[in-house]
Amino acid sequence: MELICPAGTPAAFREAIEAGADAIYCGFRDETNARNFPGLNFSREELRQSIALARRKGVQTFVALNTFMRAGDEALWYSAADDAVTIGADALIIADFGLMAYVAERYPEQRLHVSVQASASNPDAIRFLVEAFGAKRVVLPRVLTVQDIARLTRQIDCEVEVFAFGGLCVMAEGRCSLSSYATGKSPNMNGVCSPASHVRYREEAGALVSELGAYTINRFGPGEASGYPTLCKGRFDVGGTEGYAFEDPVSLDVIDEIDALKAAGVCALKIEGRQRGKAYVAEVVSSLKKALRASPTERTALVSRLRAMSEGQRTTSGAYDKRWR
Amino acid sequence: MKTRRTALSLGPIYYLWDGPKWRDFYFRIADEADIDHVTLGETVCSKRQHFSEPHIADVIERLEAAGKQVTLSTLAMVTLERESRHVRDLIRDAHHKVEANDLSALGLLKGRPHSIGPLVNVYNAATARTLAARGADVVCLPPELPATSIRQMLQAMPDFAFELFAFGRMPLAISARCAHARSKGLTKDNCQFICGEDPDGLPLRTLDRQSFLVLNGVQTMSNSCVVLLDDLAVLMEAGLTRVRLSPQDCDMVRVAALYRATLDGRIEGKEAVRELEKAYPGIRFSNGFLHQQEGAAWVARGRSATTAGG
Repeated sequence: MELICPAGTPAAFREAIEAGADAIYCGFRDETNARNFPGLNFSREELRQSIALARRKGVQTFVALNTFMRAGDEALWYSAADDAVTIGADALIIADFGLMAYVAERYPEQRLHVSVQASASNPDAIRFLVEAFGAKRVVLPRVLTVQDIARLTRQIDCEVEVFAFGGLCVMAEGRCSLSSYATGKSPNMNGVCSPASHVRYREEAGALVSELGAYTINRFGPGEASGYPTLCKGRFDVGGTEGYAFEDPVSLDVIDEIDALKAAGVCALKIEGRQRGKAYVAEVVSSLKKALRASPTERTALVSRLRAMSEGQRTTSGAYDKRWR
Repeated sequence: MKTRRTALSLGPIYYLWDGPKWRDFYFRIADEADIDHVTLGETVCSKRQHFSEPHIADVIERLEAAGKQVTLSTLAMVTLERESRHVRDLIRDAHHKVEANDLSALGLLKGRPHSIGPLVNVYNAATARTLAARGADVVCLPPELPATSIRQMLQAMPDFAFELFAFGRMPLAISARCAHARSKGLTKDNCQFICGEDPDGLPLRTLDRQSFLVLNGVQTMSNSCVVLLDDLAVLMEAGLTRVRLSPQDCDMVRVAALYRATLDGRIEGKEAVRELEKAYPGIRFSNGFLHQQEGAAWVARGRSATTAGG
């Protein structure tokens, strides 16, 4: 299985190459990609240099154009696609049907990967994307069990990539407006979720309260580890009971399932984290690369190191395990 | 200038209502509501389908006898073989128009007239044109879209029917996990249809007791109810031809009458909003997405925005 690694900066890109990435995904420095954070992403020139370096090392580069085009401003997305093709991206990762149609028509030879944001969760959906846009690979939404994936891959003529490590969306990706309901900024339209610009912390009677927009997302008592107020990982009150209504502050880790995913027909494992620093990228990529080669018993030791780096330091196999539902 | 009459459309019930309640709701819509199009059928969770299925034929017959155009809704999220089969069978056997709510239905409906529901991501005219070329002839736009995008799409495709999600709690997210069942100590696979206890959603509040969201099975919705009564006139001028009402557990016949009267210019938008507060009491209204603000905001026309938290 290929290892698909994140790069938010040219420095992280170089680290990922050295650490053994088979392919690296990145985006332009604007709202055409779903990690549109200050200080992140690539200029055209930075992408050109990075792709040239990757080529020499035999590593592929995927360019994420995975937000939805704002009506009237489609030119921003079209020119990003034009430039990514011209510069030599090995694949474009796309969520918007209009942009897929543009790329399929104008650049029929260009490899098109379907972003997780498109939410293609079943064989008929993937057949549609292959038939309509010539999609070569689909990144599956995190709503399927390993058994579901195995059943799916047998029925389609398209490569399948899945998320293996990093941040975890609790909701079906590309189909969540919770962030914009609270802040006006959404993953689909702005490439951000629970943006830092709308986060506030306040002290209240010894407790630390985190807010997103006008809403309290969590309250941490004295001595309790605090965390970033990602909306779906907040604590809320449902029917008088307080708790993590959607999901605890955990991150995704399916390293224990590597062999099962491979047997299920998955061709590539994706690491989330374009917003992470280069040291994180280097550590995660090299550990996962070793884990892919290791026997299941050796894998356990490799993985415990990685888990210490995870958000909240607790991990879950998420929807890949049926019991998560 | 003579303009087309803006049609009123009723979206599918997103909540789990028991069979008789579901049936009686539509019988009353058939008999009393001035609504042109009705889209129906379980959309949120495949486990619920048996509640409405015994009544669908009777409901369709009654609605059609009353002159309503009936469209069948497909599931928003299809992951199981059983769900795929259901969508395929529905599309193959349907004598009615079908509304696509996920990508599998989009693929299967190619070449025949169909509708696109608000849970499919249509954010621009390029996407709408791509879907129209495959047979879509009406698109209900996602609630997240701002008016600037809507106007741009209306302008780019003047002969195409766009529908606006103009009343109801907004569907904001869907998950493989059932937060509703979890909140009552159950799991999705053994849920005992517990979401049926909350016919208008289960309120989720912040730790500071702010109203925020409601849980509806695997779907998360806004606590506030979208109300675009005072925003419709300008969008109709821009070419909007269809307005969607999403059923809530309130007097939907009255809601439909207020929207019809507003569309026909028989009542002022602001007055209609005040009247609506009586039809759906105790619920906060919102229209922030349309005004490019947080979705929860309520923007009174000609005034500055307010964000409600409490």
